[in-house]
Amino acid sequence: MAAAMALVVLLGAFMIFPFVWMLLTSFRTQQEIFSNPGNLIPAALNWSAYVEIWSELPFARLFLNSVIFAGGTTIISLLFDSLAAYALARLTFPGRTFAFYVVLATLMVPYQITLIPVFQTVFDLHWLDTYQGLIVPRATSAFGIFLLRQFFVTVPRDLDAAARIDGAGELRIYWSIMLPLARPALATLAVFHFMYNWNDFLWPLVITSSIDMRTLPAGLTLFGGQFVVEYAVLMAGATISLAPLAVAFLFAQRYFVQGIATTGIK
Amino acid sequence: MTLVTREGEPRRAARLRSGQLFLLPSAVIICVFVLYPIVQSFWMSLHDWSMFQAVHPFVGMANYAELLGDPRFWNALRNTAIFTVATVPVQVITGLLLAVVLSRASWWAVFLRSVYFFPVISSFATMAIVWRFLLSADVGPTASWLRAAGLVPIDFLHTTAWALPAIVLVSLWKNIGFTMVILVAALQDVPEYLNEAAVLDGANAFQRFVNVTVPSIRHALLFTSVIAVIASLQVFDQVYVMTRGGPLFHTETLVTYMYEQGFSEFRSGYAAAIAWVLFLLIMLVSLIQLRLFRYSDVD
Repeated sequence: MAAAMALVVLLGAFMIFPFVWMLLTSFRTQQEIFSNPGNLIPAALNWSAYVEIWSELPFARLFLNSVIFAGGTTIISLLFDSLAAYALARLTFPGRTFAFYVVLATLMVPYQITLIPVFQTVFDLHWLDTYQGLIVPRATSAFGIFLLRQFFVTVPRDLDAAARIDGAGELRIYWSIMLPLARPALATLAVFHFMYNWNDFLWPLVITSSIDMRTLPAGLTLFGGQFVVEYAVLMAGATISLAPLAVAFLFAQRYFVQGIATTGIK
Repeated sequence: MTLVTREGEPRRAARLRSGQLFLLPSAVIICVFVLYPIVQSFWMSLHDWSMFQAVHPFVGMANYAELLGDPRFWNALRNTAIFTVATVPVQVITGLLLAVVLSRASWWAVFLRSVYFFPVISSFATMAIVWRFLLSADVGPTASWLRAAGLVPIDFLHTTAWALPAIVLVSLWKNIGFTMVILVAALQDVPEYLNEAAVLDGANAFQRFVNVTVPSIRHALLFTSVIAVIASLQVFDQVYVMTRGGPLFHTETLVTYMYEQGFSEFRSGYAAAIAWVLFLLIMLVSLIQLRLFRYSDVD
């Protein structure tokens, strides 16, 4: 079994290696990279890449766009998804079952089908290259609705029945009782949404065209495609764009894992 | 304020209003940006549709007929199939073995699980930039390491024979942790007495693995396989960033071809047809997988 463990550790090193290399390379100079590509450890801790990244690219803007896009879609999606999920789980109205199955069915359709027509719609709305164009189509997710609905179904009916007897309106019940109860599920969903949209490449690539509106993945890719590439700067940009998720992962790992693990139980 | 009935249920009218109101924001967005586009997409695929033209002539199934005769489409399909077959079994089996070894609660198992999961949380497009750099023959380390080991340095991403294998490797790097996490969760739900009974019956580790472990997590195994296949058929980010479908279309996949047709050539109708063929393929393969599983599930 020692051989198996050695293999597992070795493979683990392979998993981490690109991140380590990315970080270390960001501290090297361009000449160093060209003359000694095989070297892992930088000769000295050269911080210039982390200074230049802000001027070589509109990096601050890219970072802000990612925050607005990922943060905006997450917050709005949590609100809309939980409202819809609560309605589907608890409130009776005509068409409720039909609506639920429609939501479920949309999960089956791959995003490539809707990408081109949605691009057309966003174009017609004059929302191309804008924040609303990026966020609104993503402002709700069938996956989120499904996940939260499954959660709300498990909440005992006595809770909202008691609240209604006390005279609370549906909105009050949703906001003051249901949402707090759903905090773990909401946290998991929030992490999932934020991670997915922070890392998303194709959607922002399609919707944005000016460098000022690009998000981090798309912006970095375009910079990396130019003729003279400042590799250390590129690696610094990659490191900075990874940092928020990496930090969140270190402190709240279970939320990252939970979202993915529970989808398996579905 | 709503009046309540004896059972604590709100008046019917109020309930109706709330339910539909709550559902409204999501319903509107799903209708406008999911349901209508699905219909629109199929409609587009029946036309010679270019986004910037006012008139879109109806062509019936001509786009699909053109696809059948398009060598670039078949090349993309073949590459996508090869990629899927090369990636999924390795990903699932490796994920399974890792899950078996690492599903305990000890600190090193938890640490290693985090290590394996870390690539999953990163942006694939961004890490593909890093990988492109790593594999580069000019400025990347792999070339000099191969030389140091006495081997011929290879420019992986620009060599037709090595480009797709390189993409496969990077995809495995990214996704094995995902499979592992799902299977660890499944393994942790397996009751201990099953294994203990097998040990009492004299089964060795391998026999326990085959006859107890694998069957008890077969649902999670099926789920993770289906997900992995669907994701592989949709591969895009790493291909676009690392090779753009090159060299010489050796890594062009269905979605990169679709993207190029839709957003470089602006042939929206043709791109939509590619998307529908992809959808059909995904449905077909998923159904086959589920069917095969049902036949083997004889309990």
